[in-house]
Formats: sequence, structure tokens, C-alpha cells
Amino acid sequence: MFPTPIAKTSRTWQLTYQGLLPFALIMWLLPLIAVALFSIKPAVDFTQANYWGLPSAFAGFENYGKVFLESQMPRYLLNSLLITIPTVIGAVALSAMTGFALGIYRFRGNLLIFFLFVAGNFVPFQILMVPVRDLTRDLGLYNTKTGLVLFHVAFQTGFCTLFMRNFIRALPYELIEAARVEGVAEWRIFWYVVLPLMKPAIAALAVLIFTFIWNDYFWAVVLTQGAESQPVTAGITSFNAQYRAAYHLMSAGSIVAALPPVAMFFLMQKHFIAGLTLGAVK
Amino acid sequence: MTVSPAVPTDRYVPPRGWYKRNEIRVTPWLFLAPGILFFLFYVIFPVFQSFNLSLYKWDGLGEAEYVGLRNYQELATDRAFETSLWNNLKWLLLYLLAIPAGLFIALFLNQTVTGIRLYKSLFFFPFVISQVVVGLVFTWFYDPTFGLLNTILGWFGAGPIAVLGDPTLATYGIIAAGLWPQTAYCMILYLTGLNAVDPEQVEAARLDGAKGWRMLWYVIIPQLKPATFIAFVVTIIGALRSFDLISIMTNGGPFGSTRVLSFYMFEKALSEYGFRMGYGAAIAVVLFLIMLLFIAYFLWSMWREERGR
Repeated sequence: MFPTPIAKTSRTWQLTYQGLLPFALIMWLLPLIAVALFSIKPAVDFTQANYWGLPSAFAGFENYGKVFLESQMPRYLLNSLLITIPTVIGAVALSAMTGFALGIYRFRGNLLIFFLFVAGNFVPFQILMVPVRDLTRDLGLYNTKTGLVLFHVAFQTGFCTLFMRNFIRALPYELIEAARVEGVAEWRIFWYVVLPLMKPAIAALAVLIFTFIWNDYFWAVVLTQGAESQPVTAGITSFNAQYRAAYHLMSAGSIVAALPPVAMFFLMQKHFIAGLTLGAVK
Repeated sequence: MTVSPAVPTDRYVPPRGWYKRNEIRVTPWLFLAPGILFFLFYVIFPVFQSFNLSLYKWDGLGEAEYVGLRNYQELATDRAFETSLWNNLKWLLLYLLAIPAGLFIALFLNQTVTGIRLYKSLFFFPFVISQVVVGLVFTWFYDPTFGLLNTILGWFGAGPIAVLGDPTLATYGIIAAGLWPQTAYCMILYLTGLNAVDPEQVEAARLDGAKGWRMLWYVIIPQLKPATFIAFVVTIIGALRSFDLISIMTNGGPFGSTRVLSFYMFEKALSEYGFRMGYGAAIAVVLFLIMLLFIAYFLWSMWREERGR
């Protein structure tokens, strides 16, 4: 193990390390802690320029209550959910199929198609912007959640295919051969043999895509406009315009907007990290 | 098609349809079809459409007028474009700092003490938050009147500095904000990588008297190569895609000093500066060509690995 395990080092260094850890963490998360502190302060603290002192009163319930009851925030949150969840389902379903096709079968153009997916996934968004916006408008889906979902599904399929295909490649190929000898139809091999083995990959991708899509801002701005379809990342800017200079409310709003992926991460940590490392660093 | 025999035989042969006979050849294409179609229409075709569009003058509604390479000629003398290009270069270079920084934190956290798992997760925290929120958080952090940064500087009698209001500092301020989640990402890549480092090699090197920096450089880092590769890929892509932070923190200002290509393109094509779709597409093409260098390199590395199997 590197660096030298702490248990094998001198007593002084052990104590220093134990003290250093929480200190480093607080420094690292300082900007975030500041926002959390802001979000439970009452408005009066800001008018009296008491920015960094202790809150004069705990106003957490009041501030967060305002965010949920007096603004469009719940609507944006709902939109985000209605965009994110179908995208996750769509992208995982499509890429389970493409990954299966590219991972199991040997045919001409296999590697070419695979690299097409990988390359497309690295492309800068801006080169897609104008054509995708036009396409969405031609389909009559501009400023709808469906329009956003369709694009996200298509784009995320690139990354998901990379992941799924590599995962399927690592499965024991004998299983498929054995099933073929038994005369099992190919689609049944997919459904009954491969899919059950892909559960960890599906879980990892689902968490990861959830976070990516929830946090998307660029496409939300390009393809949607109003509160009826915008997700929370785009909504937070109009929220902030509504409460300009009301830092306690803006902070509370930001925390609410950031929370769902954070919760997802803490609940599904193992899968999340497996997904991030692309399964390559095991 | 099976041809029915001219003379009826009494032995019944079950018909094997075309699909059954070609199952292994056809199935992959059936499975690929929906994914490929989606990907073609939303990703591959638009790339070519943008190339084509960059040769036109178009406001997004009326008739598009063919102008040849005039959009690119205009780019050559466009000062804002030049600024954006330089800023993109700054982003690329400085963003790479996330890799050593991530490695440093990973080394710091690669211990087994109580609660270390929670520490690791909390250090990773910034990556999970949307860039929009990161942008807001850092905008307040830098705020000259109440921002934490200037409050701390004030303790030492320095400041206040309006980081985001100063054309020479603003871009660096935004990059610093971007480095925060990116470092967290690299850290987690290295933490997983460190888990896979061969303990026997480390012990053997220790017996040979290697320690500290020499151990890190000659024994550990070579074994972390896969993690470094992924960290490099995601950092480069992250740097060239930077848009959210700029849009939230400065909206390209002050005086357009924080624009990068991706932001400038958006501004030209979709914001109040006029709907110049063709010119925007030309900017996007330049950005794409820069990215293409890296994409080619990534694919080449992957291809070598595929052949190595």
C-alpha cells in the first residue's frame, strides 16, 4: 500500500493526520458550507451586514418553505424528474441492445460502429446546437420535455454503448456458446442470459446518467424556454432573478436544486464510482 | 425462400425461414438499429449539417444565403474570437492541474482510519453538484462586499479583490471554480487506481530502499497509467466544453474577457447579439477541429488496446 499505512508511522504523524483530515475537508468544502450557512439565516442578517457571524435566528424552515411554496421551484424540480427518468430508461435500454450487438457478435464494421459511438460522445455540444434545435423545432417539440428527452437519449447512447460493450466483452463467452448449442434463439440469449448478468452495469449507468442529465444546463437553455418545460438548472436562474439580492433564498434554492443527485450519489455510491471509472480501473 | 419439392414426400421437414438461417448475421443489426438511428439523427448528421451551415449566412428563420468561406474570413479578424481562442488555451492548460491535484488528494486520503470512507465521499461531493450551482457558489465566494474570499483576505489586511469584475483575473477565477469539481473527479479515479496497485511490487521496492518521491514516480505512477489516461480524457473534454460556469458567473464579461469558443458560439447564434447561425456554426467548427485532435488521439489509444487483446 502506498503511501505508508498510517498505523506503521510515528505517533506524532498519526495524530497530525487525524487532525489534518477534518481541517482539510472543511477547507475543501468551504464555499459550500458558506452557502449552507446562508440558507438558514434570516433576511435581517443580510440587511445588517451580518454575513459571516452566527445566524441571529434559525430561519431554515422559513427560507426553504418559501422556496417550495412561493416560487416555481417545485415545478422545475418536477420537470427535471420528468426529463431525467425517461432519459435514463431510454439510454440504458438502447445501449443495452447496442452493447450486446457490439460485444457479442463479430461482423464487419463492428469496431467502426463502436468508434463512431465513442467519437460522437466526445464531440463538443456546440457543433450540434443549431441543427438539433432545428430538428426539434421541425418535430414540433421545441420547448417541450419530450424534445429534450429525445436528444438526451440519443447523445447519452454514445457513452452508454462504450460502457455496456466493454462490460459485455468481459462476460464469459462460453455462456453464450452453451446457450447456442442448446438452440436458444438469439434474442432469448439477450433477454435470459446476458441481461441478468448486466445488472451491475445497468445500475452504474442509471446513477451516472441521472446525475449527468439532472445537471445539464446547456441543452435546457437551447431547447426550452419557460417554466412549463425547463428543468431546475435553468429554472434556478429565473428563480434568482425573482429574488435578486435575497441571498438566503437564493442559497436555499441552490441547495434544493443540487440535492437530488447528491442523494443519489450517497445512496448508490458503489455503482456511481464503478460507472465513473468506466469500469476500466478495477 | 425454401422451394417446395415437386414431388410430395411423406417425410415432413419443418421449414427453416430466412430469419432462422441468418439469425447470427441479422440479430446484431436488429439490436443496433434503434440506437444507431437515434445517434445518426441527433449526433452524426448534425455535425455535418453544422459544417455545411458554416458556409451560409442565416438568421434561423428566413432564406439561407451561400457565402462560401466568408464566415471564416471574418473569424480571422474578429478580436472577440481571438480572445475566446486564447481563453480556451488557458482553460486547457490550467484545467490539467486537476490531474496532479486529484492525485495529491487521493494519496492523502488513501489510508485506513475510521471514517475514511465518509471523508472520501465528502471530498468527492463537488463533482456531483451541477455546474450551475458550483458557479453560483463561487460567484458568492468571490463577491467583493461579503464574499468569503475577501473576508479571509481582510484578516490579513489584503483585498478586497473583485475577481470576477477584473478582466485580467476573471477567467482564472472561473477556471479555479471549474477545477474544484474536476479535481474531485480525478481524485476518485486515482483512489480506485491506488486500490489496484500491486502491493508486492511496493514491498519489493521498499526493500530496495525506494521511498517517498522516488517510489511515487518510478513505482506508483506507472501503475496508475489507466487512471491517468481516463483523467486526461475527461479533463480535456471538460475544459473544451466549459460553458455553464461562464454563463452563470460572468456571462462572458467583463468586456467579453471571459468568453471561450463554446460560449461565444452560443452568443453569436442564439442570444441578443443577433441570430447569426452560420457564423456561430463556423466557430463551432473551429472548436470541433480542436477537439478532433484529441478525439483522434483517444481513439488511436483505444484501438491499440483493442488490437492488443
